[in-house]
Amino acid sequence: MRPADLLVFAARAVGRYRVRSALIIVATAVGVAAVILLTALGEGARLYVVERFAVLGSELLIVFPGRNETRGGAPPMLAETPRDLTLNDALALTRSSYVRRVAPLALGGAEVTYGRRGREITVIGSTQDFEHMRHVALAQGRFLPASEPDRATAVAVIGATVRDELFGSERALGSWLRVGERRFRVIGVMANTGQSLGTDLDDAVIMPVASAQQLFDSPSLARILVEARRREDLNRAERAVIDILTERHDGEEDVTVVTQESVLGTFDRILRILTLAVGAIAGISLLVAGILIMNVILVAVSQRTPEVGLLKAIGAPAPTVRNVFLAEAAVLAVAGAGGGLLLAWIGLWIGRRVFPEFPLAAPVWAAPAAVTVAVVTALLFAVLPARRAARLDPVEALARR
Amino acid sequence: MAPAPATGARLIELTGVSQVHRVGDQDVHALRDVDLSVEPGEYMAIMGPSGSGKSTLLNVVGLLERPTAGSYRLDGVEAAGLDDEERARLRRERIGFVFQVFHLIPRLTAAENVELPMVLSGVAPAHRHSRVNAALSALGLADRADHRPEQLSGGQRQRVAIARAMIMEPDLLLADEPTGNLDRQAGAGVLDTLEALNARGVTLLVVTHDPEVGDRAARRLRLVDGAVQDDRRQSKRAATPAPS
Repeated sequence: MRPADLLVFAARAVGRYRVRSALIIVATAVGVAAVILLTALGEGARLYVVERFAVLGSELLIVFPGRNETRGGAPPMLAETPRDLTLNDALALTRSSYVRRVAPLALGGAEVTYGRRGREITVIGSTQDFEHMRHVALAQGRFLPASEPDRATAVAVIGATVRDELFGSERALGSWLRVGERRFRVIGVMANTGQSLGTDLDDAVIMPVASAQQLFDSPSLARILVEARRREDLNRAERAVIDILTERHDGEEDVTVVTQESVLGTFDRILRILTLAVGAIAGISLLVAGILIMNVILVAVSQRTPEVGLLKAIGAPAPTVRNVFLAEAAVLAVAGAGGGLLLAWIGLWIGRRVFPEFPLAAPVWAAPAAVTVAVVTALLFAVLPARRAARLDPVEALARR
Repeated sequence: MAPAPATGARLIELTGVSQVHRVGDQDVHALRDVDLSVEPGEYMAIMGPSGSGKSTLLNVVGLLERPTAGSYRLDGVEAAGLDDEERARLRRERIGFVFQVFHLIPRLTAAENVELPMVLSGVAPAHRHSRVNAALSALGLADRADHRPEQLSGGQRQRVAIARAMIMEPDLLLADEPTGNLDRQAGAGVLDTLEALNARGVTLLVVTHDPEVGDRAARRLRLVDGAVQDDRRQSKRAATPAPS
């Protein structure tokens, strides 16, 4: 029997029982659509996170004081007190040819007031390079001036939320803010940037690092941001940073360097696995659809037993009879898969309309995988009833009503 | 139609064929030690009361059943030595079946039912349509080609079934009570059609319990309890004119 004839024969048999076939096709379509839509959600979450991190630039290294890595061997008898990161540590890093920019970061909270309004706000002490490394966008004024990093000047750049809450409709630029016991002139207002790497820049005040250190009365830095000259130099820059700081800290490696890439890579891996897991769970519905198709073929074989007898009598060998029913399962599964693709497409379209900022997109493997699983499970499950039909005795089959 | 075989060659040769069906815990002897030979172009009626093994004999000859004992040679080939695939091929190419209940596929049109054996054989679609049209026209069904079985009368349905049985141009036509579900007039028309095919050289075996139908055959085989009781040739009747 020619494959085309087989398909036409099967399609007509499927078309004969409209309601039954339609229900099975819908069941398969829902399964396929579920796989595609759920993996699209997972993939969307991954892309969302990746996009957020990508804003920071992939050449970024973050240096933390202390070493919080678990290592083998006995715990040290004498407590190792990690040395603080200092401004001079940060400045020393610029020695490396792999390092393009360095931004020291002093972090703390302080009471910030303007007039009678005031509240506790995150204070970030840094240098001008922070602007480029964190892609800070300014709504008004300018960022910190390019002065000597150890000079404490009384200027501040404020976040959009700070401006709104402290100044309201008043002009913030050029006004004097009180931060702790000191007064700072507002030289810039940041545009709405949102959360980025755990710090809400909208609700922060940025000032020269020396000013912040005076304010907190501490010479230590919370972290140092380092930008490698080129992306390919990232590992060499990391090595150089560790070497320089180890040398400066009396030969003790007491800092932790995290690359932007490693953080991103971890998220990327977690979300990819999550997407796969969610897709696999949705795939179970395809298994159910496969069982439903098997049931339909079982019913078809018993309803059309005389037809099987006839096919055998007019010379269809057993494999042809089997293929007739397998083809019916394939027609149902392919129709269902096609419907599922359409359903998923509509779902994605609606999803993008409702959440335009969320990058909803199925991973490339989702649709082919869902369709393949749908068709293969349908065929596998249909083998049993199809072989039963193929094994029927023609005389008995012809006599059956 | 069928290639004219050498005279005297036997198309069907059964020697000592027995068929035992197991029903529940009882053995039913459907055929007992049947010897039978049929020459090409013969017209034979297989008669006998119900349960006498008529249909079983037809099924054995039609390669639908394997006898429990004995030898069956179809055109000199021992059927016992054939595997299922080869038996299916012989049914497709050399044997046509006509059944009491027609066994047309309800979702297919008359033309598609007739076409089915060619579809199973993998005949190219271009060749199929002209042959189907010719076959339907020969049986006066040209204007019924696109009708489904339920839109046809009993006589028309059986003629569609005959067209299907003959579409592969077999040399052996087996009919099991072909008029059993038809009224007298339609039954006569169907017999005319079958006899016209026989007149063109097709070997025709008709199972019937109706003496009137049996009387029309040149040779009558009578089975009782699975054994041949009587095998009689009578002078050939005047050939019935083929239906238009």
